[in-house]
Amino acid sequence: MSLKTVLAAGVMTGLLASPAFAQTEITWWHAMGGQLGEAVNEVAAGFNASQDDYVVTPVFRGTYEETLTAGIAAFRAGEQPNIIQVFDAGAATVIAAEGAVIPVETLMADNGINFDIEDYISGVRYFYADGDGTMIGMPFNSSTPVLYYNADALAEAGVEPPMTWEEFQETTGPALRDAGYIPLAQSHLPWIFTENFFSRHNLQFATNNNGYDGLDTEILVNHPAIKAHFSALVEWQDADLFEWYGTGWGDNQTPFENADVAMWLGSSASFGGLLQKVEFELGTTMLPYWNAVTSEPTQTFIGGAALFAMAGKSDEENAATAAFFGYLASAEPQYEWHAATGYVPITNAAYELAQSDGHYERFPAAEVAVNQLSLPAGDFTRGYRMGFYVQIRDVMNREYGRILTGETDVDTAFETIEQEANRLLERFAATQG
Amino acid sequence: MKRAVFSNPWLPIMLLVPQLFIIAVFFYWPAGFAIQSSFYLQDPFGFGSTYVGLENYTDLAQSAEYKRVAWFTLLYTFAVTFFSLAIALLLAVKADNVLRGAKTYRTLLMWVYAIAPPVAGLMGVMLFDQSRGNITKLFETFGWEFRLGVDYWDTATAMIIVAVWKQVPVNFIFFLSGLQSIPRTVREAALIDNRSATGRFWDVIFPLLAPTAFFLLIINITYALFDTFGVIDTLVKAEPGNNPVTLVYKVFIDGFRGNDLGGSSAQSVVLMVLVLILTIVQFRLMERRIHYT
Repeated sequence: MSLKTVLAAGVMTGLLASPAFAQTEITWWHAMGGQLGEAVNEVAAGFNASQDDYVVTPVFRGTYEETLTAGIAAFRAGEQPNIIQVFDAGAATVIAAEGAVIPVETLMADNGINFDIEDYISGVRYFYADGDGTMIGMPFNSSTPVLYYNADALAEAGVEPPMTWEEFQETTGPALRDAGYIPLAQSHLPWIFTENFFSRHNLQFATNNNGYDGLDTEILVNHPAIKAHFSALVEWQDADLFEWYGTGWGDNQTPFENADVAMWLGSSASFGGLLQKVEFELGTTMLPYWNAVTSEPTQTFIGGAALFAMAGKSDEENAATAAFFGYLASAEPQYEWHAATGYVPITNAAYELAQSDGHYERFPAAEVAVNQLSLPAGDFTRGYRMGFYVQIRDVMNREYGRILTGETDVDTAFETIEQEANRLLERFAATQG
Repeated sequence: MKRAVFSNPWLPIMLLVPQLFIIAVFFYWPAGFAIQSSFYLQDPFGFGSTYVGLENYTDLAQSAEYKRVAWFTLLYTFAVTFFSLAIALLLAVKADNVLRGAKTYRTLLMWVYAIAPPVAGLMGVMLFDQSRGNITKLFETFGWEFRLGVDYWDTATAMIIVAVWKQVPVNFIFFLSGLQSIPRTVREAALIDNRSATGRFWDVIFPLLAPTAFFLLIINITYALFDTFGVIDTLVKAEPGNNPVTLVYKVFIDGFRGNDLGGSSAQSVVLMVLVLILTIVQFRLMERRIHYT
């Protein structure tokens, strides 16, 4: 091959490839490994195929915590990605640092993309919003705690899944125990039995409107209702109605999959994985509540993570990010994501599409989370916003573990949590000074 | 002893520069940075910060949890160091006596050294698993209901076992080479004086091994304090919960997981001072009593 041919070939390739140069490329750091990571890649591929102007590249950065830390380090070095996935407990860190991210609402408005917060389902709407209700982060993988049950075990014991904890304590629990099962386990005490406990009973979790309205927030976790709940857990543990397998998520889920445990509280997003693993008939129902605390239980809020558009990027790249967010919130991709992963659809349109497609007739359990998130809202059901919340959760996990291994008692533990959490909140407020 | 003198006074400095540069970039600079940030509470993104003086330190001093972690670290370091050294010494003495197939034994004993700490931790997670772990089942036959991640002391036991298992081969290699460098004549002379093998070991062999043992002691203390991080992280499944953790792991949890830069900087400064004191004490007090040949 002569030099001329090579050059000509090079020029031709360059010409052919040139439309690609006009595309704006953006990066998206996420924390979804394994099967979920593949679903993320499909979302990105779907967006890239849907239009010619933008290309989004998803990059897996490890766990939620690792992704956030990597994003912070990159931001300080001026090399941040366009989009970063931040989990519920880390949201306060990102949102408090004004100038680190562009609020979704602003980003969409600047780029002429339709955005109406009312399009989002009620339990999803305000978790990643600021005090005024402006959405900052775009809810992405959203889940909520639900009760899974082994329908075969319940039939064997002759009971129905419990609506209230009183029902569990008096009827469901003892019947399951007598049928040879461990009646109940759960996988995340701070999320399921603390944050969503407060939301389900519409109790105030922190001052300043659960922390949304300011930094000088104090946690109100030392509440008689939740203390009574943990005292009940200890009693149930002694009476063989409840078992705790440590702080690790999987250690508590495995005994349920093995049919040793009859009912397990986990994430609505665990549904897809469970369905593949278990050999019994799997049922799902809403998170039980205490009738003694409220007769009108309210909605829970979302866990999981949101996507944030990081600041300091060019207008073209921001336009690409906005277009991607617009695509993500549209009904089709939302429904596909919902069906593939078990995370809830974040918009009403996606939910209606899933309904009309017959998804919930095929998988009735998938609808439980949406229904629970769409229950009546209360004053304290939108979520919480607290800084250093990762450490606050660590304190809760530590003290709860100590309660359940008999190292401390409920009163002391909640006093400790309140004290340490408030100190952490005070310290977090100082970081913003 | 002959004194070596450089003819050009700049040459030694030139030879030292690369090393000093590396120390400056990878130690002094970050250490200085850590000391500085320990006096602040700062927004991880770098937007805001408040000078808080010694508050990060006083918080640590008042924290009951920090004290708990410090006590556990002390206990953990002692247990890991003691068992790693004792088991390795025993194995080395026994291997030293083996004549037939000695190489195979030694290779088998050193094998574990090649395993990375997180991998060792993962193997620990499998062996100690609550529902399927082989060691858990073994303990069950003795009537010990072992629960990793639930019971504080059970988790601590698993951490110590995995960390010791991982460290024994290193100590073994050093002890064995130390034993082999003891001259045969000394052993033979001792044989005439003392017929008891145990007596000979403690009176003659062990003092001659002392430089190796002293070196290993320092290596093992730093190993238990700092390098067992991977083992701990995998065994607690990145969820500290009510599990025992060490000081270094707490620095990581607060700094890299919780983004509390000021607090974790203060903790790492405390650790830095601790290591400094440890080194001074060890060299000042112990080196005097050990004879290097």
